[in-house]
Amino acid sequence: MTTPVAQPRQRSISFPLTARRAALGLTALLSLLLLYFIGVDQGATSLFGSDTHIHEFVHDARHFIGFPCH
Amino acid sequence: MEFRYIYRGLGVGLLGGLLAFVFARIFAEPFIQDAIDYEDGRHEAQEALDAAAGLAAGAHEHGEVFSRSVQRNLGIGVGMALFGLAVGGLFVVVYLIVSRRYPDIRPRVLAALLAGAGFVGIYLVPFAKYPANPPAVGHEETIGARSALYVTMVAVSVIALGLAVVVGRWLAGRVGTWNASLLAAVVFLVLVGVAMALLPPFGHVGSNRAEFGDFATETPQPLTAPDGTIVYPGFPADLLFRFRFYSVISQLVLWATIALAFGQLAERLAAAPARRQSRTATAAADRPTVAPTTAGAPTTAAG
Repeated sequence: MTTPVAQPRQRSISFPLTARRAALGLTALLSLLLLYFIGVDQGATSLFGSDTHIHEFVHDARHFIGFPCH
Repeated sequence: MEFRYIYRGLGVGLLGGLLAFVFARIFAEPFIQDAIDYEDGRHEAQEALDAAAGLAAGAHEHGEVFSRSVQRNLGIGVGMALFGLAVGGLFVVVYLIVSRRYPDIRPRVLAALLAGAGFVGIYLVPFAKYPANPPAVGHEETIGARSALYVTMVAVSVIALGLAVVVGRWLAGRVGTWNASLLAAVVFLVLVGVAMALLPPFGHVGSNRAEFGDFATETPQPLTAPDGTIVYPGFPADLLFRFRFYSVISQLVLWATIALAFGQLAERLAAAPARRQSRTATAAADRPTVAPTTAGAPTTAAG
């Protein structure tokens, strides 16, 4: 007799996009993107083709921070 | 509310990056230059060897995109400052998440704990496996594999740190905080230790072993002529040590700045709402009096 009835649950909105979450997520994402450009881009992978301006510009910092460099 | 923390986190990270740059410019740059001079000298010695062997001069030339002067002064400054900014951003995100979950931890204590964890997890443990290398150390062909391995090591280290903290929290109610902390440290060390044992050393990556011999690193060995005489020395050990030692210290400067400066600012922010409330309350109570700047003093002293 007990037929499973789909009940509207609170759980479906358990992760609302609050201003706080948006701010934290955006900050984290931009920070990681920045780290990628300083540490990895135009060495192993490159978003702007075979250009090396970013790599050469931050060259010393990349070595010194510990990222692998050519 | 959060934005006031985020701005401060970013600013503190930028400040830390700039201080780390000042340290790097004064202490590390001379050694970076020495490493580049070694690389150039070795390149010339290699060309002389090739010429003697009748080989055509290699077309391997370093097209200079930026002069050494730009790299040494501006490039490293911008690079370190932006690295600090990014680290500050990640730091403040973690700080806000953890401080909401554990509001009882005092702001400056939490800032110091998280900055310490960041230093160990993001930099020091990956450094133990893949230490920072000066120019001249590292083969161009393996840059892809080395970058992937380094990023993997950072990721493993950060995840292991997170797991260890979770385990520590879980154990704290059973064996006490002290023992739980020790056990969490053991969990962290075992996890990163296993990762370090499994990941290959840079010297075994790609064609390195076939081309250069069985070495754990890519540190240049002495350059020898066909008859076995050394025509150019291996990379100077003291130079390698200095570079890496200063790399560690500059990271310490960055993370310590974040810990202390953000801790101070967060303490003030945590006390701020109470101060503002009390100020508006007194302002409403007696309108005619001039807005007293000392109104918040008693509450801040308590905080």
